[in-house]
Amino acid sequence: MNFRLLCGAAALALGMAAAPVAAQTIYPIDRASILAGSKFDLKVEFPAMIINAVGMRVTLNGQDILQTGNGNPTFIQAEDGKLVSSLVVRDMSLSTPGTYTLQASDGTNTKSVTWDVYATPANPVAKNVILFIGDGMSVAHVTAARILSRQVVEGKYKSKLTIDSFPQMATIGTSGVDSVITDSANSAHAYTTGHKSTTNALGVYVSRAAVNTAHPRVETLAEIVKRKTSKSVGVVTNTEIEDATPASMTSHTRSRSDYDIIVEQQYNVRPDVILGGGAANFLPKSAPGSRRADDQDFIAKYRAAGYPVATTVGEMQAAAANAGNTKLLGLFHLSNMDGVLDRKFLKANTVKTYPQQPDLTEQVKAAIDVLSRNPNGFVLMVESGLIDKFSHPLDWERAVYDTIMLDNAVKVAVDYAGNRNDTLIMVMPDHTHGINIVGTVDDARTGEQMRDKIGVYQDAGYPNYPAPNAENYPEKVDVTKRLAVFFNNFPDHYETFRPKLDATFNPAVQDPVSKFYVANQKYKDVPGAMLRTGNLPRATGSTGVHTADDGIARGFGPGSDQLKGFVENTEIFRIMATALALGR
Amino acid sequence: MGARVAQVAALLLALTVTAQALPAPLGFSELYVVQGVLDVRFTDKVRKLDGETVRVKGFMAPPLKAESDFFVLSKEPMMVCPFCSSAASWPLDIIVVHLDARAEPVDPATPIMVEGRLEVGHWVDPKTGFVSQLRLRGAKFREL
Repeated sequence: MNFRLLCGAAALALGMAAAPVAAQTIYPIDRASILAGSKFDLKVEFPAMIINAVGMRVTLNGQDILQTGNGNPTFIQAEDGKLVSSLVVRDMSLSTPGTYTLQASDGTNTKSVTWDVYATPANPVAKNVILFIGDGMSVAHVTAARILSRQVVEGKYKSKLTIDSFPQMATIGTSGVDSVITDSANSAHAYTTGHKSTTNALGVYVSRAAVNTAHPRVETLAEIVKRKTSKSVGVVTNTEIEDATPASMTSHTRSRSDYDIIVEQQYNVRPDVILGGGAANFLPKSAPGSRRADDQDFIAKYRAAGYPVATTVGEMQAAAANAGNTKLLGLFHLSNMDGVLDRKFLKANTVKTYPQQPDLTEQVKAAIDVLSRNPNGFVLMVESGLIDKFSHPLDWERAVYDTIMLDNAVKVAVDYAGNRNDTLIMVMPDHTHGINIVGTVDDARTGEQMRDKIGVYQDAGYPNYPAPNAENYPEKVDVTKRLAVFFNNFPDHYETFRPKLDATFNPAVQDPVSKFYVANQKYKDVPGAMLRTGNLPRATGSTGVHTADDGIARGFGPGSDQLKGFVENTEIFRIMATALALGR
Repeated sequence: MGARVAQVAALLLALTVTAQALPAPLGFSELYVVQGVLDVRFTDKVRKLDGETVRVKGFMAPPLKAESDFFVLSKEPMMVCPFCSSAASWPLDIIVVHLDARAEPVDPATPIMVEGRLEVGHWVDPKTGFVSQLRLRGAKFREL
């Protein structure tokens, strides 16, 4: 029902189906920061059904929202068939910066929220933005990556990581609307929209709507760039391209697991470069390997839209080298791609089935080659997403090799940016894990149990990983004296004190009767394995969890000077929007 | 003599019957030929066995309910219940098992042998919405 029609006659008497017990709920939430000119949906949820709307009044800085002509209002009298009413105004935008107060009254209760609408300078300082996200990358991942790839001797590193040279740095707060602990959807959404949201949500505030895509939306970075500029947009990951972090560039759904919807929404925005895994949701349901529930063939759709399609590193590089290509779709795995430790050294997990997956460095090179053909510039998100996917199951070696890979990929971008002084590069996690380096494990140390072979303080000394190769990786990870790295939160599991060479660690499985997560017996007989009783909830703690610890963001190039001190994750969006002058 | 002949005949008959009834073994590595990301096919063996009774060794993924006539058979023990976690997704090489009777689930780390009639091709379970490419119908299982 259209609200304008409903309240066209101004003299309606207010009537409520039931006495209100709570005040209205308003989205965007109180204290939201909104980029001037960006689109968002306003939603006012009334605690009861409004029979007659005359007493209902929603104002923005004192002016009736329906008189402003801003957005497309709809009054929903019985939302999702329940005895509650809502006012939704789709596609609002506020172009004048300042403080806005949205007040909503049902005639009895009044609730108000205040928003800060910010503009950006008229002139951009950066033509290009490259945002690197090391999913779950914590301080210990970076330190271990530096120890393995740069070597430390007598307390000093022989050299530094690429990201160590970045001049700007800030700590990031990652909490969400609903919880002190975020997930990768909610946290990436903060980077790509500038709004806080709720666990598992992408591009929406989570309201009481029953349908995942019906929640009030906020515009994403890719959508704003596509709508307001002539720049190209790229999304690169080594997870599934429809997974939370890359999905945050284009998606609007309450649930990150809506893979079919996310692929469709991504197609509707059409980033110019899309490189990652997750082909299963691009294939129609009739195709073996498909995970779609419908007949849509997104490979065919992208081809029809002029995208060359690559499924191997060779095809990707050939397409990128073709000077006529300004778009590229590369899908290199049906699900998540393999980590670099598996691809280059162990040949474990699914490397034998998919032997031609590109390295993240090669993906970034191809993406920049294609995107930089646009003389107006580009915005590129790159995710090294398996750092998180390996940290959850406590497989720190795989996570650290992928951290080294992220640093190598940043090097590719820095080499491009060089002295151009037109490219903002930022590198950051979306949240952290509870990981620490506590010493070394030395097989040669005398000790009855493996824990007795751990050296701490002066007994730790230095590990004996071989010197890194030309790509900064030690070629052997199962050395006799290795880093002792532990996660501080975990389910019941067997600690083996060794890298898992055959496949990613699978620490706990669910007991079918109790439903509790219990130690995976597969590792019980590994020599020296020790049962560690978990410290997470038995019913939900299947793996290690994200932590609320600050993440560390690093910045390089024009516009990065705002990256300092402590910043909310939403401010990362603002830094990018400001550098590109998206709020003009 | 006649009794011995009858005995041998019975034995031969039994062996023949056993040989006929023995379900064809099928391994997780024999399900798909992956010739590229977009070129995944069922193996000839899978296509030949469509509609036949087969036996597959694997692990029971954490089921939705304590007692069920439906579960997912996976190559490796599943860490999380993907039904329960929005962040998790099923691996591609899974077989959906429809039991001929409800059964108590077993430890997901315990290998099981499942026998059932192989059904090949896309199907969406109207009750759960679960999408599958391979199913075992009228199945039964035992712990190994």
